[in-house]
Amino acid sequence: MSWDMILNSGFLIALVASGIRLAVPVLLAVLGEIFAERSGVLNLGLEGIMAIGAFAGFAVTFTLENAWLGLVAGLLAGGLFGLIMAFFSVTLRTNQVITSLSLVILGQGASAFLYRQIFGVSSRPPRVEGLTELTIPGLSQIPVLGPILFKHNVVVYLAVILVVLSWAALFRTTWGLKVRAVGEYPSAADTSGINVARIRYTCVILGAALTGLGGSVLSVAQMHMFLENMIAGRGWIAIALVIFADWRPSLALAGAVLFGVADALQFRLQALGFAAVPYEFLLMLPYVLTILVLVSRSGREAGPAALGEPYVKEMG
Amino acid sequence: MKRANQHPVWRRALFKNLVIPALAVLLSLALGVVLILVVRVNPLDAYRALVKGAVGSPRALVQAALRTTPLLLISLGLTLAFRCKAWNIGAEGQFFMGALAASWLGLALDGWPAWLLLPAMVVVAWLAGAAWAVIPGFLKAKRGTNEIVTSLLTNYVAIFFVSYLVRAPMKDPEYYLPQSAPLGPAATLPFIPGTRLHIGLLLALLCVPLVYLILWKMPLGYRLRVVGTNPEAARYAGISVPSHIVIAMVLSGGLAGVAGMVEVSGVHHRLMTGISPGFGYTAIVVALLGQLNPVGVLLAAYFFASLVIGADSMQRVVGLPVALTEVIQALVVVFVLASDYLTRHWEK
Amino acid sequence: MSAIVEMRGITKRFPGVLANDHIDFSVEEGEIHALLGENGAGKTTLMNILFGFYQPDEGEVLMRGRKTDIRSPHDAIALGLGMVHQHFQLVPPFTVAENIVLGMRSSREPFLENPRRLAERINEYSERFGLKVDPHLRIWELSVGEQQRVEILKALYRGADLLILDEPTAVLTPQETESLFTTVFRLLAAAGKSIIFITHKLNEVFAVASRITVLRDGQVVDTVATSDTSRDELARMMVGREVFLKVEKGPPRRGHAALEVVGLSATDDRGLLALKNVSLTVRRGEILGIAGVDGNGQRELEEVLTGLRPSTTGRLTIEGRDMTNASSAQIKACGVGHVPSDRDRMGLVADLTVADNAVLGVVEQPPFTRSGFLDQQAIEDHARRLIAEYDVHVPGPNVAAGKLSGGNAQKLVLARELAQNPRVIIAAQPTRGLDVGATEYVRQKLIEQRDNGAAVLLISTELEEILSLSDHIAVIYEGEIIGPVEPTEVNTEELGLLMAGCTLPTPGTACEEPRLNEDRDQETSSKQQGQQKRE
Repeated sequence: MSWDMILNSGFLIALVASGIRLAVPVLLAVLGEIFAERSGVLNLGLEGIMAIGAFAGFAVTFTLENAWLGLVAGLLAGGLFGLIMAFFSVTLRTNQVITSLSLVILGQGASAFLYRQIFGVSSRPPRVEGLTELTIPGLSQIPVLGPILFKHNVVVYLAVILVVLSWAALFRTTWGLKVRAVGEYPSAADTSGINVARIRYTCVILGAALTGLGGSVLSVAQMHMFLENMIAGRGWIAIALVIFADWRPSLALAGAVLFGVADALQFRLQALGFAAVPYEFLLMLPYVLTILVLVSRSGREAGPAALGEPYVKEMG
Repeated sequence: MKRANQHPVWRRALFKNLVIPALAVLLSLALGVVLILVVRVNPLDAYRALVKGAVGSPRALVQAALRTTPLLLISLGLTLAFRCKAWNIGAEGQFFMGALAASWLGLALDGWPAWLLLPAMVVVAWLAGAAWAVIPGFLKAKRGTNEIVTSLLTNYVAIFFVSYLVRAPMKDPEYYLPQSAPLGPAATLPFIPGTRLHIGLLLALLCVPLVYLILWKMPLGYRLRVVGTNPEAARYAGISVPSHIVIAMVLSGGLAGVAGMVEVSGVHHRLMTGISPGFGYTAIVVALLGQLNPVGVLLAAYFFASLVIGADSMQRVVGLPVALTEVIQALVVVFVLASDYLTRHWEK
Repeated sequence: MSAIVEMRGITKRFPGVLANDHIDFSVEEGEIHALLGENGAGKTTLMNILFGFYQPDEGEVLMRGRKTDIRSPHDAIALGLGMVHQHFQLVPPFTVAENIVLGMRSSREPFLENPRRLAERINEYSERFGLKVDPHLRIWELSVGEQQRVEILKALYRGADLLILDEPTAVLTPQETESLFTTVFRLLAAAGKSIIFITHKLNEVFAVASRITVLRDGQVVDTVATSDTSRDELARMMVGREVFLKVEKGPPRRGHAALEVVGLSATDDRGLLALKNVSLTVRRGEILGIAGVDGNGQRELEEVLTGLRPSTTGRLTIEGRDMTNASSAQIKACGVGHVPSDRDRMGLVADLTVADNAVLGVVEQPPFTRSGFLDQQAIEDHARRLIAEYDVHVPGPNVAAGKLSGGNAQKLVLARELAQNPRVIIAAQPTRGLDVGATEYVRQKLIEQRDNGAAVLLISTELEEILSLSDHIAVIYEGEIIGPVEPTEVNTEELGLLMAGCTLPTPGTACEEPRLNEDRDQETSSKQQGQQKRE
């Protein structure tokens, strides 16, 4: 087992291409959570929302034999959970940590429960057809970059478009300015005539919808099936990546790809029986890096200033 | 209708600590009925199987008790932390570090007698869990870093670390699966005479009055509660808020670590990644349902444990997936939160 | 001229407090109208109602003669109202331009305005109204004065015809205040804008306002034209002629200096200098009263003396020991009792029982803790004793402290602090919100402590409380100490004037020159100032 099995262009190109593909579900969740947190709401329920999204996506795809409808179902399922989260944290002003953690349990439990009930248990779980791969003519012939960037499943391009849209929405529109104001200094937004509650509801629901979409991409477009615990910690990684990305869509893309590549690498190393670096340490990497980033940002400056605090009108 | 502060204190405490959680449980079970009907199963059959599976046989009771033990230990620790508003979400990782430390010691000191080895294992487990919890605690105290996120992240580091250890350095050469060598008889928690329950249960039960003592009968607990309810007043009274956050994390991390030791030494007898079906996370819900009160937490832990045991049976008998219990758990939290909101308004 | 805004019969209740009591208030088009009163008089509440933050329980608001229904700041802005709050409502990481257009529709909806065009338009307004500020800078980079300009620009940019300014000069240097009044206000008036400005400083009122409405305790005392009134009259209206609660008090038996402060400076939460070279001495057996309108540094002074806020310069000595920047625990251990001004947040822990609160700060000491454990019985007994001695109306020591009424809560705090037989007592606003009976009781207790040899520092906004209790009086104004003087040397009105920032050229005559036009160097020591003012 030698190093040149790894350090050759064939391996690396396949690795990065694979990494980009694997990054999509997490990227969608990170984008979604960025919206929620930019508006000041801390939604830790991503693990459960991805689970329910994955299930909804799979179930609808299987029943209606249409993968696109499945993705929409994932979006809607996530949005529903977002509505619950928004109602409790914005209207009832409950503790956001506890509320969103309960969504994890609810999402995992409901998805497992419903899957078992509808599809039962079998040694050969039902599968679905995914979405087509799109090879961009011309561009995909470029050496090295071609196969890495231009020969992907449709959802990859979709995700990249969403990154650009998210960036534009947050930083180039008046709505985005309102969202960021609500997350930094809600009373200033209120005084400017902005409806803080409405902005937060929108962002939390949108965020959860994107997260649910991420889950359905995983089940429909990548694994083509649903398994209990298939999310395998991606929801938690997404939460960490939001911080790593400094709440910016551009860095979210970078972070998700980094995670994807680490994930792909870890698969391949395992398959090759590579022993020099235990793959578990690779798996740890996103988390350790995020802790270091958090520390270096000295806590108080990290993220929207009003994150996690229910907004109470108190003037005087 | 009388306003809240016209009722005597004890009646209000009773309401808050008993009636609300009970109502929340009932409501979620009721909602569970709806879910069960949706999938065309008879709710009566389902719940009968659930209850029978949970408490209907000595075996079920033993299983429930065994499962209550780690839940109880961790959630008691979380009670201490949450009372101080130190949101320790890292109990899962602290559990694993404790399990790791205990098994390492247990395997390393194989020749020692049980009466020496077991307490030593408890101590190192405590220390490992506490040390692991110091990381987010210290970061919060010194730099104001959000302990929710940092403690969550440390979970993964811990779990992957243990995963690596049982795959490689600590792996049992005689088996194919990633797990450590078995702990010797001296490193195994003995049974309570006449039962199939290990004494870890007694340790957990002992911690109930212990946590009560700490919180309400010791100056430390008093200070923790002041910091948790009003940090401004704590500063005014000369109490150091950052120090107490670290103390709260250390205490809860230690208990989570001990829970890890108990599971390894009493149930699995080896270190492996499957020793926790999410105890660290479920304990958060247990602590909340128990209204951060040791006795309430005991009841809540037993409730959740038997719920899971019963669900196993329910699955075998009527075919309802075990996952239903997770849904009920989540619903319970949701109802407790909603009722907290209502009581806050009722008291105005 | 017609009224641009008319508020009729406005009443607003908060739990336990009648903030606005059937207030009638109107503003003529194009005038600068001052809303004058002490803190707690209800001025900010009234303006928050006008701006849509609160809804009145009774009463109505008319704009240009038509009834309005202002349910949110959004509605208020649409009607041409703009408000500049005491605590600036600006988002620190955003630029000036972003803050100004926040919440407004842009010409390129949904996208933000072209930054260059936006900057141009903002600069137009800046020029027109004398509010120079760089639109590209971020708020955290601006000085306080510049931030205020942004707030005003924000209101003007949205088409405000009526501007409400809440204590605008509270955060400005004298030079900035000068600029605000002579330049900005003048230009605003020239453009036909109407201004309501809330203040407690008499000088300002005379500098710019054409009419003045004085509020006290939630009610309108009177509305007068500036030309028809005098400073004395206004001071009297603000402070009120209340009956002295007669307190029997013998002469002080003065001992050594128990609390000494030299050259103390400190900043407030915003980073502004709140205490400027403060020096004072409190001796054993005497009460030093610090009079002043709320917001002149009392809170910071209280916090520095009790170890809750660091000082930037100066020295604090307690009972001869240097306690500069010591922790609150260390200062407590020196025998200092603290009755805090912020009773609800600091003095008591609402969710804990009365018994728990009775031992706050001393719970580790015997007899409350024995061999590492709390002696619940001893704690409860202590609580019961305090309840009885101080006549706290509560069924028992196991009731949650948050359920106590204001008066009883304060008695509990007092009881707890005095039970430790402190050598120095720092009592800040000790009778705020209390009924007559509780007020009398608290004052009695303070006298008692003083007679028993304690050194008492009394910080209060109630003038007659200061006058009746203090052996020496000092006035705090904008972080500086004026005095001390003997109570026999000054009367209520003179003190009221000092509290409102007037200089007293000669004792007995009215305030002549507004301090506004003096050349003031902020570094001048307070002693110098004190001498200047008393001449």
